[in-house]
Amino acid sequence: MSAQGKLAIYWAASCGGCEISILTLNEKILDVAAAFDIVFCPCLMDTKVRDIEALPDGTIDVCLFNGAIRTSEQEYMAKLLRQKSKVLVAFGSCAHEGCIPGLANLTNRQEVFETVYCDSVSTDNRGRVIPLPETRVNGFHLTLPVFYDTVRTLGQTVAVDYYLPGCPPEAPRIWDAVVAILENKLPPPGSVIGAQTTVCDECPRTRNEKKIRSFKRTWQIIPDADTCLLEQGLVCSGPATRAGCEARCPQVHSPCIGCYGPNAGVEDFGARLMSALASVIDANEPEEIERIIQEGIPDPVGTFYRFSLPHSLLRRAARVPDAERHELPLPKPAQ
Amino acid sequence: MQRELFEPKIVGFFCNWCSYRAADGAGTARMKHSPNVRVIRLMCSGRVDPCFVLKALARGADGVLIAGCHPGECHYIEQNYKTIRRYTLLKHLLHQLGISERRVRLVWASAAEAAHLTEAIDEMVEEIRTLGPLNWSANLAEDSGHLDAVERILLEHQQALEVSR
Repeated sequence: MSAQGKLAIYWAASCGGCEISILTLNEKILDVAAAFDIVFCPCLMDTKVRDIEALPDGTIDVCLFNGAIRTSEQEYMAKLLRQKSKVLVAFGSCAHEGCIPGLANLTNRQEVFETVYCDSVSTDNRGRVIPLPETRVNGFHLTLPVFYDTVRTLGQTVAVDYYLPGCPPEAPRIWDAVVAILENKLPPPGSVIGAQTTVCDECPRTRNEKKIRSFKRTWQIIPDADTCLLEQGLVCSGPATRAGCEARCPQVHSPCIGCYGPNAGVEDFGARLMSALASVIDANEPEEIERIIQEGIPDPVGTFYRFSLPHSLLRRAARVPDAERHELPLPKPAQ
Repeated sequence: MQRELFEPKIVGFFCNWCSYRAADGAGTARMKHSPNVRVIRLMCSGRVDPCFVLKALARGADGVLIAGCHPGECHYIEQNYKTIRRYTLLKHLLHQLGISERRVRLVWASAAEAAHLTEAIDEMVEEIRTLGPLNWSANLAEDSGHLDAVERILLEHQQALEVSR
């Protein structure tokens, strides 16, 4: 890139950790600042949305968009930044797969509102007032963004050029992506910028044959320092997760929780992890298998889709569970 | 008024060495059974990645029937034990997502058990008929107003600009 490129960094349903992660580039952030003119970044600067709206389409060279899409305002910003950006990068797990905000897909808008605005212990809201998209106050018409029932990923909302996984993306991988963009050595559009192997390949622990009779929670055992954590009964997401973090968690005796998302070629993270776990359970009797699973994995969605529920094949829980549906009486077949 | 009979769409994943032959046998013997199962032949029930089942449900199936060799009789020695484990994990997950475990069924049927297989098919079809359609895509639809809400933001911004001028 000859002249200074234009960079935008935006956040939607996210925690702000992705911005912090950009700062962990440390002194290399100066190289980023030298290569790019940051035109929009609500975390750092007070640029107005109206200034972005006024830009001709495709003015921004690269937009790093972090956060999932759960309100109409976030959808609007995703569409606006898509229109104004040459390259749109889904930056971090929320934009890529929905991440922790995406676990709200186990419930719905009404339940989220009731918990947040009415029923949480520290809330005093006896009138049960909840935010409405439109209100009239003293003759003024006030609006708020519409809150969606289902959290979506950026890729489910607009066309995304590249995905940078991780919660948050690790600084060396961000730097790799910046270099790839500056040197124009990018993979085909639509790809994930990252490794093609799993966390297990980066993990220094020794792997033997795995035979698991019971799964353990992290607080139940002090794991041995050199053996594979899955072998010791901890549910480690390493076999399904894309490499890129240098196996940070397993290195400090904590199992991988899958923040780097599904490895290349994996369509559904949870399905891959379930397949991997099924192979290591050391039981053949259905009752014994049932016991190991029921006792060891109390929260299957939280275990298999902690970072990827909106990105999974089913995307969310049923609005009305089968168990609560009124069973239909069978009509007589036509004679 | 008589409601139309709901015809469930069921995707079947049948093992090449036993259940698929049982289904073949049922055809040769002209046994009658419900036509609701669309059968996909796999080399082993152990080939059924949970991803196949999830994709079938996400894309419109009302149920999934997995059929394989009896435990201990797998053509590939022990893969159907892995099927039991995957299936148990999958049901555990589906339960939390609000999908009845009756929508995903595992049956064992050897090549000689055509009658057993057709009974299992009929039973499953009736059960899913009682449960009703899954219609998964309806879970993902937002209220009709949500796109208007997105477009309204641009309008509001323009109006705000006029006021500030």
